[in-house]
Order: sequence, then structure tokens, then C-alpha cells
Amino acid sequence: MTAFLLSLPFVAVLALIFIGLGAMLFKRNLIKILMGLSLFESAVNLLLVAIGYRQDGVAPIFTHVPPHTHMVLPTVQALTLTAIVIGVATLAMMLSFAMIIYRKYGTVDIRNIRKLNG
Amino acid sequence: MATLLQHLPALLVAVPLFAAFTLPLVGRTGAPARTAWVFLGALLTAATGLLLAWQVFAHGPLLYVFGAAAPHVPTPMDSGGIPIRIIFQIDALGALMVVIASLSSLAIILYSLASDSRHSGKDSFYSLLFLLVAGVLGMVSTGDLFNFFVFLEISSLSGAALVAYRVDKGQAVEAGLKYALLSTVGALAFLVAVGLLFAQYNALNIAVVASRLQFTPLDQIALVLLAIPLAMKCGAVPMHFWTPDAYSTAPSSITAFLVVSSQASLYGLFRILFSLYGHLLEFSWLTFGWFLIILGVLSMFIGVTMAIPQKDVKRLMAYHAVSQTGYMLLGVGVGLAVLGNAEALTAYGRTAMAGGLFHILNHAMYKGLLFLTAGAIFFRTGTRNLNKLGGLGHHMPWTMVFFMIGALAIAGIPPFNGFASKFLIYESVFRFSPFLSIIAMLVSILTLASFVKVFHAMFMGAARTEFAQVREVPIPMIAGMAILAAVVIVTGLMPRPFIDHMILPAVNALVDRADYIAAILGGH
Repeated sequence: MTAFLLSLPFVAVLALIFIGLGAMLFKRNLIKILMGLSLFESAVNLLLVAIGYRQDGVAPIFTHVPPHTHMVLPTVQALTLTAIVIGVATLAMMLSFAMIIYRKYGTVDIRNIRKLNG
Repeated sequence: MATLLQHLPALLVAVPLFAAFTLPLVGRTGAPARTAWVFLGALLTAATGLLLAWQVFAHGPLLYVFGAAAPHVPTPMDSGGIPIRIIFQIDALGALMVVIASLSSLAIILYSLASDSRHSGKDSFYSLLFLLVAGVLGMVSTGDLFNFFVFLEISSLSGAALVAYRVDKGQAVEAGLKYALLSTVGALAFLVAVGLLFAQYNALNIAVVASRLQFTPLDQIALVLLAIPLAMKCGAVPMHFWTPDAYSTAPSSITAFLVVSSQASLYGLFRILFSLYGHLLEFSWLTFGWFLIILGVLSMFIGVTMAIPQKDVKRLMAYHAVSQTGYMLLGVGVGLAVLGNAEALTAYGRTAMAGGLFHILNHAMYKGLLFLTAGAIFFRTGTRNLNKLGGLGHHMPWTMVFFMIGALAIAGIPPFNGFASKFLIYESVFRFSPFLSIIAMLVSILTLASFVKVFHAMFMGAARTEFAQVREVPIPMIAGMAILAAVVIVTGLMPRPFIDHMILPAVNALVDRADYIAAILGGH
């Protein structure tokens, strides 16, 4: 049972990655594509945090911890924070691109955003 | 002075980052101050890069541990023999890339001082440009997987913003969005792979992970997730579709640097295949070598055939950039394929890799030069359409000379640098497989044909009345192009010293994987 519970986050990661990729591949609305990207991003963050989880672990702060206590891994949490910051910047920039495209083309349907083919 | 030299690797990214973030403040005091600041920043960045590279070529690989009391000691005494901080590890291959990025950043920043003088929003333009430079320099010097991801994202984000910078009725934004979307998906896949490796080996340092790697099924998945995004970012066919859009709509100075940023991804790909996974691919070196070779041949051939019918001169050059990347993949791929065969490696493997790596340097120089000449023509005439151009040789003699130098170099005509590297590739690949060598030569001929057509369409013919007002471009633009042209000519006339002192050490840095690991962990 515990093994199942512990593997649950990784199942969620896989599911989120495929939902995100699916949205990016099959949706035609630019905003929905960006939502798919955002889902993918969250999945990766979840993966990183799940990697660092230890059963009955405590926060990795060395004061007042009895010896031989498990701690969760701090490195992956630091990675996740960095990845979240990068993700916010990326998403904000792409949403502003979507805004400009809507203003210039009058649509966010990617079937109509094709001035650059050739 | 000694302290300053000791901290060079940190300065390598600190200088452009400082320039980027102070620029909006300095820009408020007026245009002359901003121009001076940009110029100073570019000069200092290039000087730091070249000094650092010279140190590496003269005294061997450099280590820099961020935040440590002794920046040259990778493993602190109390850490149990593992590095715990972010480490920059710059060997000869990294130094070669630093030289490329330094030279071309200096040239394009000089050029853009004049070419973008008519536009608004210059503060953020130069800020983003310095961020792009910092991202590329960081990618090629870091010895840490997650750090590589961060610099990859810095360069992708600032690159995408710069591609979209001149909105151009929305087309540039469309290209920028495409570039940003693909880069982000690629970078996230890369991050998943970093997570998979960290979960198993509890380390992020490339050398440490390399020494512990077991090639479990998870490692194989990680290899795919690392290699495919980097192959996409360097514009290899069949993942090249973003290149023509991004390269043709970005301002020309930016395009010239996007070429360098693609090659930083190529560096990442080689680093992953050789330094990280090199030893574990032992039983399948041939397979992975052929993976690079097939990517290379496809890129060469499809790139050049797509280039020939193009009407937009920058789009045409972008397809040629895809095609030239194929040569680098082919050369290094042949080296990887014979990595297990010591006899073949000394006979032609190292030469092939030297050709591939030398082509990275040469390509960055002549392709940058070509994009800058296309930008110069757009700057004066306002069009990139080959059917509307003509007779410009009468008005823009310097641009014409620079274009000729670039075009002859890309086609591999002696005595320009494209010939020096392509010749190494032809002769060594011929001994591996004559057929591949013949394809490489055929692609060169098609490249020449294509550029003869472009040259004719843009510069030859009688002077046209609609271009009567066209004059030569301002001095800073000529200076920027002249730097690149000078490098093209010098490396073309005297390739030997460059090959002996820069390229062959870089080849050894790739082949001798144990040295890369020993630099961090000690011993052999």
C-alpha cells in the first residue's frame, strides 16, 4: 500500500505531462496551447519535489533535529524554486506575445497564424 | 591583478549580466552615455572571454567553484570527496566556444550601435542582447547540469524576446513565439532528464554524474531527453523548422548571434554524448556516431535544397545555416563512430572531429558576416526580397566585398576559412565512407551555386533608379563586419596554428573523457 502511495506522485507527473503535451499538440487556441505548456511545467516541478521526498522526513534544517532522523532532500527544492521562477518569466513573455498576435492578426487560432510558411 | 585573473570565470558571466541590468539606468541619462556603456560592456565582455580562453590554451583547463574560499579546489575537505557547489569547468572545447562567442558578440554589438540607431526601445534591446551573450557564455563554461539548464533558458528567453523585438506586423512575434515555445518544451524535457539523473546519482555536477553513471533504463530515457532538445536547438533536420522563421525575422545583428547560440547547444550535445555518456556508449559508439552522421547528412542536404528556391535573402541564409550545421555533426559523428577503434581514431577520427569543431568557429564567423551584410542591405534599401534588389555593387562597395568573402568562405573556396575546415572533413570522412564525403562536396557545390545567384541578384547589374539614394552603411557597421571578415581571412590563410593550438586540444578534451572527470574528482 505504501509503495503504491509513494509512486502516486510519479503517476500524476506522467499523466500531467501527457495532458500538457496533448493540449499543445491538438488544441488550436494559442491560449490553450500555453495552458498545456504550463501543465507540463507543473508536472516537471512535481517530479523534482517528489524525487526529494523521504518517508517521515523532516525539513532539512539542522537545528533541534534528533540524530538519525530522515530529512527530505533540499537540492531538488532549490531546483524547483528556480524552475518556477523561470517558468513564470517564460509564460508571461509568451502570453504577451499572444496578446500582440491577437492585436495584429485579430485571432488566436493557430490555423490563421501562418504568415511565415515557405 | 592576480586576484582578478583568479576570478575570470565568474567575471565571464558577471560582466555581461552587470552591463545588462545597469543599462536601463544608464540609458536614462541620454543616448551618448548609453552608447558608451554598451560599447564598454561589449569590449570588457570580449576581453574577459579572450583572456580566459588564452589562459586555458596556455595553462590547461580552468575550474571555478562559486562561493568557495579557494575557487580552484572542487571538493571541499569536509564534503567527503564530492563537490557541493556550482562549478564552472572550462576545458579547451569550452574555451573554443568562449572565443567564438566573445569575437562575434563584439562584432555584432558594434554593428548594432549603428544598425539599430533608428529604432526605439534601445535600453531593453541592449539589455536583452547582453543577457543572450551571458546565457551563451554560461552554457559553454558550466560544469553543472542544472546550471546548464538555467543558462539555456536565459539564452532562449532573451533570444525569443529579441526575435520578436521589431514586431513587423506581427510576423516577428509569430516567429518569436514559435522559438520560445519549442525552446521551453525542449528545456523542460532537459529538466526531466536532470531530475532522473539526480534521483539516481544524487549529483548535478557533470563529472560526478559521469563517474557514477550505470546506463540503467532511466539513464537511457535521460539520454534521449537530453540529446533531442539540444539537437533541436542547434537546428538539425528534421527539427529545423524554427530556424528559418526566427533567423529571417530577427534583427540581423541578433540573427548573427542566434547562430552562436545554436552552436552553444551543439556544444551541449557533444558534451552530453562524449563527456557524460561517452564511456557507457562503448558497445554502441557506432550507433550513436551514425545517429550524428545521419542528422548531419540530412541537415546538409535538406538545408541546401530548401535554400535554393528562397526569395528572402535572410531566409535563404538561414537554410544554409542548417546545412552548414550538418558538416559539424558529420565531422564529430565520424569521430564518435570510431571512438572505440584506436587505430581508426588516430588515422582519421581525430581529424574528422577537428574538421567538425573548426567548422563551428569558421561558421560562426562567416555566417555572422553574411547575416550582417544582409542586414546592411536591408538597412539601406528596406527590402530582403531578391527579386527587388539589384545593382547595389555601385552603391555599397564595402558590403559587396564583405559579402563576397562570406560567400566564398561558406562555399569552401580557398583561401578562406570554410575551405580549411571542409577540407579536413572531406579527407577524413572519405576514409570512413567515400559516399558521405561525396555528399559533403556536392552540398558545397550547391551552396556555391546558390550564393552566386544571390550575389548576382543583389550586387550585379546596372545601377537602379529606385536605389539612387542608397549609400554605404555607417562606420560602426563596417567595423563590425570587418572584425568578422578579418577572422575569416586570417583563419583561412593560416589555419595550422589555430588547428594545433585551439582545435586539437578541443578534440582531445572531447575524446579523453577521463581527464574531464579527473579534473573534479582527482586521480584517474
